[in-house]
Amino acid sequence: MADAGNPPGQQPPLPIWRRLLGAPLRPVVTAWQVSITARIVLSTLILGAVVLSLTAWLMLSQISAGLVADKRDASLAQAEAEFSQVQEELDASASTGDEGAEQVVDQLVQNLASRGDSPLEHVVVLVGPLGDDDFSDGVRRESVDVGVDSLPTDLRDRVRVGSGTWWTYTTIDFVDEQDDRADGAGIAVGTRVQTPGGEAEYALYYLYPFAEQQRTLGLVARVVLLSGLLLMVLVAGVAWLVTRQVVTPVRLARRIAERLAAGRLEERMQVRGRDDIARLGQSFNQMAGNLQRQIRQLEDLSRMQRRFVSDVSHELRTPLTTVRMAAEVLHDARSSFDSATGRSAELLRRELDRFESLLTDLLEISRFDALAAHLELAQVDLGELADRVVEAQRPVAAAAGITVVVRVLPVPDTGSVSAEADPRRVERVVRNLVANAIAHSRSERVEVLVGADDHAAAVAVRDYGTGLRAGETTLVFNRFWRADPARARSGGGTGLGLAIALEDAQLHGGWLQAWGEPGLGSQFRLTLPRRAGNDLSRSPIPLVPTDLALVRSHRATAGTAPAAP
Amino acid sequence: MHTDLIEADHTQSSGALGGMHRGRVLVVDDDPSLAEMLTIVLRQEGFEPLVCSTGDQAMAAFRQHRPDIVLLDVMLPGLDGIDVCKQLRAESGVPIVMLTARGDTIDVVVGLESGADDYMVKPFKPKELVARIRARLRRFEEPSPEQITIRDVTIDVAGHSVRRDGTVVTLTPLEFDLLLCLARKPWQVFTREVLLEQVWGYRHAADTRLVNVHVQRLRSKIEHDPENPETVVTVRGVGYKAGTD
Repeated sequence: MADAGNPPGQQPPLPIWRRLLGAPLRPVVTAWQVSITARIVLSTLILGAVVLSLTAWLMLSQISAGLVADKRDASLAQAEAEFSQVQEELDASASTGDEGAEQVVDQLVQNLASRGDSPLEHVVVLVGPLGDDDFSDGVRRESVDVGVDSLPTDLRDRVRVGSGTWWTYTTIDFVDEQDDRADGAGIAVGTRVQTPGGEAEYALYYLYPFAEQQRTLGLVARVVLLSGLLLMVLVAGVAWLVTRQVVTPVRLARRIAERLAAGRLEERMQVRGRDDIARLGQSFNQMAGNLQRQIRQLEDLSRMQRRFVSDVSHELRTPLTTVRMAAEVLHDARSSFDSATGRSAELLRRELDRFESLLTDLLEISRFDALAAHLELAQVDLGELADRVVEAQRPVAAAAGITVVVRVLPVPDTGSVSAEADPRRVERVVRNLVANAIAHSRSERVEVLVGADDHAAAVAVRDYGTGLRAGETTLVFNRFWRADPARARSGGGTGLGLAIALEDAQLHGGWLQAWGEPGLGSQFRLTLPRRAGNDLSRSPIPLVPTDLALVRSHRATAGTAPAAP
Repeated sequence: MHTDLIEADHTQSSGALGGMHRGRVLVVDDDPSLAEMLTIVLRQEGFEPLVCSTGDQAMAAFRQHRPDIVLLDVMLPGLDGIDVCKQLRAESGVPIVMLTARGDTIDVVVGLESGADDYMVKPFKPKELVARIRARLRRFEEPSPEQITIRDVTIDVAGHSVRRDGTVVTLTPLEFDLLLCLARKPWQVFTREVLLEQVWGYRHAADTRLVNVHVQRLRSKIEHDPENPETVVTVRGVGYKAGTD
């Protein structure tokens, strides 16, 4: 009966992530496991967030691509127009005057920069005159100071080498940052222009920042984010509401079911409307109603039957008393009868004894069946009790030539083998076990072992007789069970003794178990908790006797003699 | 129904037993066969049985015949055994033995609390019944002119009376025997089993509730505060003893 397995308190090791995250995540995990609402709302939120993020990303990238394309087209168109105008102006200045090239160029940049009617915000950069290298031999003039990196090398190379207009996306790096001139993406368009007379070539760049587009995009992104958040709240709210509508009746049903299970059979669900929930309620109530009816019916039946058995037993008692007294009178006078009548009087009295014990046992069993048996607890010394029982049985045992011994196993702490139990019932159990061993075991020696530990006390009755066959260790406790149906009913027992003993043991929260092997004898063990109401986990006396090897060797050498350790 | 009071023919019985008077027994039982069987057995044992078949007539029969002991069936038509028992106790300390078909705790305790001295669960053996009746009728053959005092209770053994602080306390014979048994050996603790044997005449261990109920009844008569008894003291886990100062 000893428990095998993990000692209590030791759990299998957790995966490392669970150990690390265990503490902070535990409430969340618990809510996830316990609450359907939490689970549905949380999963809806996660799914919603994923879908919304995808949508937002798609939307923003589309918008930004559109904005950039528009800006690019407009910038290129304007740059083309500007470039041809600049070249025309340069050509014209060559024919009108003869100023220094430097001056012309400065003038040009000033003009271009200050051109107020320009539809697009832009920066003008003029580099030149172009030599082998872009900046080493040339002068750079800008309408607004921008960093060198604002003009990608790639673009500069193309403008220097090839003719025509070139463009690229870039990052405009303003040296002097202001509110409307923040660093940011933009487009750079460049071409070559020739000074009047064609003696020098300059690279002219227009830088169009995407600031406005970025502002627009930021605004759109904020709007998308905000509406996304609102949408999430809405989704969570809807999920919560919907789940609540479903879960509330389910919880209600659970509560009602719990009450039903606790025996309050009249509990019903409230049914409102005609929806699925209402149908659930209806079915639930129907089920509860049927259950209630069935249970009531069974209860009535069993109550009636119990009443009947009890009444019959009691009604039998008065005539039985009369018969019994009459039998006693006849028995006492049997010496004056002829032999047949005298023997009849003896038989009458003996069978009346049997009839009476049968009736008593039947009544006792019916009391157990009716759950009307109650314990009357006292401190019981099992050693004394066993002595008393054995002493009372000694004449019967002696007549059958059986030795009965009581052995009290040493108890570590307390000294005495006592338990909180109903003395009348415990004595009845032990008396029954000893009487059975004497009457049925065909053993020459019967041993009564008494033992205890801190939690349990036990009495075991060991015999060295015929023993029990496989499966009989449970059958013996059945009502009216006989070891051998063909065997004569010489013992005269009622056949209810062990059934009653088992009920008595169970009423104490104890065990009554049997062990037996053909030829090696049997052992019946009663185990009781030392404090009434405590649970049993093990018995201080092993169910399978420890002297088996000894008995076997004795059997092998001596044939049939029982072992006397 | 058998309503008439049957008075046993005691000229015959006393004649047969040579004038040995061993006590009148009033049998209150509604089962005619059992009642008749009881009279047969009781008469064989030398008692003088009287039979009454209903509870309503029991009091009249008791007043008329003044029996030495009453055998009372619990289940009676009309007034039941418990009520009869209470009425009897109200005017007499006559020993009462209840006959019951149910040995359940409740029935027994209710019977004992209504004033019965002892009870027998059917079916009983006639010898056992006779032994119980004898035990109830047993008197100390020659009461010594003894006077025993425990605390403020004085027992006059010969006069069969008990006084507390000078006032007479009415005890039933059983309660008197119980008190006397304890008072004679104030140094000894009596277990319930020993009391059952000495006071009730049981030879085997029997129902110890008998002792508990009667100790309670005795206490309610002789103690100042039955909740905190001083004259009949409980010794936890063992039994009872007479209180000493």
